[in-house]
Amino acid sequence: MSSRIPLPYAPRVLELFQNPQNLGRMEDATVYAAAGSPACGDMIAFYLKLDEPKAIITKSSFESYGCASNIAAASQLTIMIENKSLEAAWKITWADVSEALGGLPSVKTHCGSLAVGALRRAIRTYYKEKEIKLPSWLPEELSKDEKHALEEEALAEKLAKKYKLLKKSD
Amino acid sequence: MSNIEGLLKQHGKPDKEVYLDWENGSLVDKEVYAEMRPFYLERTFGNPAITHHMGWETLDFYMKAKTKIAKPLNIDPQALALTHSFSESNNLAIKGIAKMNKKRKKIIVSETEHLSVIHTAKSMFGEQYKVEIIPVSNDGTVNLDILQERINNETLLVSLQTINHEIGTIQPVKEALEIVKDKDDSILFHTDATSAFGRIPLDYREVEVDLATINSNRILGPKGIAGLYIKEGIKIKAIYEGQLSLEILSPDVENPALLAGFSKAVEIQFKRFDEIKNHTKNLRDKLLYGLQTSIARTEINGPSGERRAPDNVNISFLGCEGEALTVECSMNGIYVSSGSACTSRVLMPSHILTAIGRKPEEAHGSLLMKINRLNTEEQVNYVLERMPKIIKRIRSITGGIEL
Repeated sequence: MSSRIPLPYAPRVLELFQNPQNLGRMEDATVYAAAGSPACGDMIAFYLKLDEPKAIITKSSFESYGCASNIAAASQLTIMIENKSLEAAWKITWADVSEALGGLPSVKTHCGSLAVGALRRAIRTYYKEKEIKLPSWLPEELSKDEKHALEEEALAEKLAKKYKLLKKSD
Repeated sequence: MSNIEGLLKQHGKPDKEVYLDWENGSLVDKEVYAEMRPFYLERTFGNPAITHHMGWETLDFYMKAKTKIAKPLNIDPQALALTHSFSESNNLAIKGIAKMNKKRKKIIVSETEHLSVIHTAKSMFGEQYKVEIIPVSNDGTVNLDILQERINNETLLVSLQTINHEIGTIQPVKEALEIVKDKDDSILFHTDATSAFGRIPLDYREVEVDLATINSNRILGPKGIAGLYIKEGIKIKAIYEGQLSLEILSPDVENPALLAGFSKAVEIQFKRFDEIKNHTKNLRDKLLYGLQTSIARTEINGPSGERRAPDNVNISFLGCEGEALTVECSMNGIYVSSGSACTSRVLMPSHILTAIGRKPEEAHGSLLMKINRLNTEEQVNYVLERMPKIIKRIRSITGGIEL
């Protein structure tokens, strides 16, 4: 088999993998967004239920097609944003997620980034869909984690193209 | 408490454990260990290259042990170089041949070779070597027509695996060898028989390859020792320098204990060859087809029937990410590996699964399980009983994400 690396997850990652909090599709979500791509083996969908007048997240949930770190990062983030304002949720970074998980192996930091990217996309989508003027804390330009998600999706497209070309006819 | 200790504590020790990750690590057979032990503690530890009684004692043992390993391959023991690993053997075969033959600059390998072959060949780019990669079919069989087209008078070496380590494809080595030698007898032919030695019959007087890699730990011998068969008359040079030793291509202090273990493992494997083959093949089919019939949305990777290695099970579960699957299997005491990107350093899916036309999301959901002679039917039943639940849980996390 190809090269393997030891992935000494922090115990918290395994705990959330075993018993993920806030897992599953939310039918009555106020807003939904996904980041990543199945081609990269790494995709997170985020559902937010908002108390709209107060701009507070009352409930959130996730689905993940990804590794244990990916699942744990998404689940951890849903816990961190519960009853938080959209502004406070926006300000959570991948490093905060990683820290709450007891540290992610370096090759897995992108899992934290992808979770944050999916959440930020959901927040941005909310303002866009409702045609509400962007609040001052939400920059016009995409944040680093949103860009990371875009990069990963671009890579997936490239991969898909590459394998389509190589796909055998018989 | 370190993180890893905490991780193990969080994981807990499963009530029942079934080890199927023989591709990535194996133990030593009890009889093999018993054979090795005195070489560490009591006797025959002298250096076989030195002129004293202890050295000659080791030399005597050394020659006899190599004869035992050479026997099932039908080769002369002198033609067998001992190395420290199959990766070293593959490196030696390619770089050692190139060092002695500077005129020809083309190396041909198949697309599904082990990375110790592909990376070694590609590492020669710097020395103006040209590497050509031959594609494989949907079941991993090398395309012989393309091989025939690509060989020419620039070709130094063709390297084609005997059995693929990941999807179990038995390659048409004999036919490939004929094609190569018919075209130009001076092209050298190497086969990496790491996953084949002890699994299918190999006779290098009948199938006259020039070089062949064999390995100890895949047949429950110790790690740290492997072999490279080099046909008489083939010129090859060491790829690293060292001291005076018997093994001029692997110049180090010889390790008689490892050799004792290797030769014992060979003896056991070939004494029980048919029994082991039938046992693993039965369990392979039970597991492979059992998983395919009890779980929806699966794809078997690699060929079926006689063209598949007797010990190989490789199957993709759509809608599951493989690394999460290996962890969930582990929670259930089932130890396997995956070709998923998340389990690799480069975060790319297995090059073998993409070479046979698997889409990335199919490759990500693959599990590799190998059947060893130590595995039992009861263990396979346990895996068959647990896997549907494991897959169901991982698919529930994927939820509605569309693949």
